[in-house]
Amino acid sequence: MGKTIAEKIFESHLVDNPSGDIQVIRLDSVFCHEITTPVAITDLQARGMDRVFDPSKIKAVIDHVTPAKDSKTAMQGKIVREWALRHGIIDFFDIGDNGVCHALFPEKGFVRPGYTIIMGDSHTCTHGAFGAFAAGVGTTDLEVGILKGVCAFHAPQTMKVVITGELVPGVYAKDVILDVIGRLGVNGATNRVIEFTGPVVDAMSMESRMTLCNMAIEAGGTCGICAPDMTTVDYLWPFIQDEFKTKEAALEAYSTFAADVDAEYTDELVVDVAGLVPMATFGYKPDQVKPVAELSGERVDQVYIGSCTNGRIEDLRVAAAVLEGKHVHPSVRGVLSPATPTIYKMALKEGLIEIFMDAGFCVTNPTCGACLGMSNGVLAEGEVCASTTNRNFNGRMGKGGMVHLMSPASAAATALTGVITNSHIFTGEA
Amino acid sequence: MKSFNGKVLFLDRSDINTDEIIPARYLTEITKEALTPYLLEDLELAGFDAKRDIAPAGAVMTRANFGCGSSREHAPWAFEMNAMNIVIGESFARIFKQNMFNCGMMAVELAPAVIDDLMARFSGRETELSTDLATGVFRFTAGDESLEVPFEISEFDRALVEAGGWVGYADTHY
Ligand code: SF4
Repeated sequence: MGKTIAEKIFESHLVDNPSGDIQVIRLDSVFCHEITTPVAITDLQARGMDRVFDPSKIKAVIDHVTPAKDSKTAMQGKIVREWALRHGIIDFFDIGDNGVCHALFPEKGFVRPGYTIIMGDSHTCTHGAFGAFAAGVGTTDLEVGILKGVCAFHAPQTMKVVITGELVPGVYAKDVILDVIGRLGVNGATNRVIEFTGPVVDAMSMESRMTLCNMAIEAGGTCGICAPDMTTVDYLWPFIQDEFKTKEAALEAYSTFAADVDAEYTDELVVDVAGLVPMATFGYKPDQVKPVAELSGERVDQVYIGSCTNGRIEDLRVAAAVLEGKHVHPSVRGVLSPATPTIYKMALKEGLIEIFMDAGFCVTNPTCGACLGMSNGVLAEGEVCASTTNRNFNGRMGKGGMVHLMSPASAAATALTGVITNSHIFTGEA
Repeated sequence: MKSFNGKVLFLDRSDINTDEIIPARYLTEITKEALTPYLLEDLELAGFDAKRDIAPAGAVMTRANFGCGSSREHAPWAFEMNAMNIVIGESFARIFKQNMFNCGMMAVELAPAVIDDLMARFSGRETELSTDLATGVFRFTAGDESLEVPFEISEFDRALVEAGGWVGYADTHY
């Protein structure tokens, strides 16, 4: 019987099978941020176990609230900062170098096909875009990961999502994944890895694949995975060129993690995107999805462009193309958070930041900020935000606030009119 | 090992997410104790009143996909700090369930029909749960009505409960 990508990764990392289908696997990397790691650190200290299994395999960032907004968030940063210093964790990113973890770590070349990664963050599934197994875990799993470099999972079961057809202009990876979550439901992939395949995925950039995999968790998935291909190798080439003679050699090595043709999947969903239109959420669950056109006219108070879902350069380019030469509606507050300093600098060089600022957007430093309602654009009770983030839970961006998830193009169009708007009225597409 | 007995709090809804269990605005706390007053603060559910219902409860019964959303272990901790060490439901989000057992707590699945029956009989009444982990039996008691329901947890989850959680287990094994 053939194996899926996740099964192959598990097989090559297996440490123990304590009972049943529980597999304890060796970790290639443990990622940390300042919200969930401090509790792990203080607990390890209290247990007299303040150690790390391998400082070179731990990557840490202060990203959720940065610069600190109050004494409590300052303390969270301080705990992580001192811990990184104490244990010689070199890959630690603080003010000036920091950005949203799931955008920053791939950009630094910390993810490789076949890797196993955990982080105390549910959107760790993003890194599966590189053909890695990357899963969000709680603090205890994180603690054991930091201490021992292992984590326990059920043997991975995989669901296949085949995306066929061709995206029409104005429709993006975000629209695809919202549509897929609408079909699967918030529980549709629980305890399973989602393998995204098909011609649409093959044609996608790494940025778009990350947008897809980022939201696997919103359908309950443990991880989203895309098979490594030449696009993956091209992205990683600056980091791997000493390891491989040619790109072809790298691809051949990584192809050992491709799924076998006779691999077994628990389910298969085929989505033809030929007729897909821009999508948005309308309720408090990410599977409550409708075409943007059906929501058009709904008033918003704020538009947020950023996050690990859609705060990458590709997203900023798309939004800027809609905003160029125009101004946001007077009743709307526009907030842009480029996801990393590198993205910010690229956007500056390309003139995108100027477009956003001329359009009336506030441009913040790279941070999670408003995405989780902790800083930089928290909503007031009764306010509505059109957002390129991944979660529309009740109160996510502030108590009593409501979030409509959508693509950067739709969000930008909405900023211009003050009501939910399909970007095609500005671009003539879709 | 923790106690898995106590008054049952019925949360008769599916997809209760971790933001409803413990809102993100409290994630700046760095001790578990600080979370105590905020459990289920944002949950809006007919008949549920956090102030009235949480303190007397020792167990939770709910529907499907409980604990979906973020990976925050603050969710199990908020329950733990309120002396609720067990959640019984139709199904759980993976990370939440793992976090519960990692803390030496329990997230136990029962068939939807069984949950239906238990909700119908006991929801809205003062109901006491007592758990016999050795034989795998729950006993629900309200007034003079009492019902025994068998349950199963995996061998590994049981080992975690007995070790008081995953740190203790991993430290002796790896
Ligand atoms: S941007 Fe939002 S979803 Fe992504 S890691 Fe930050 S808080 Fe989480």
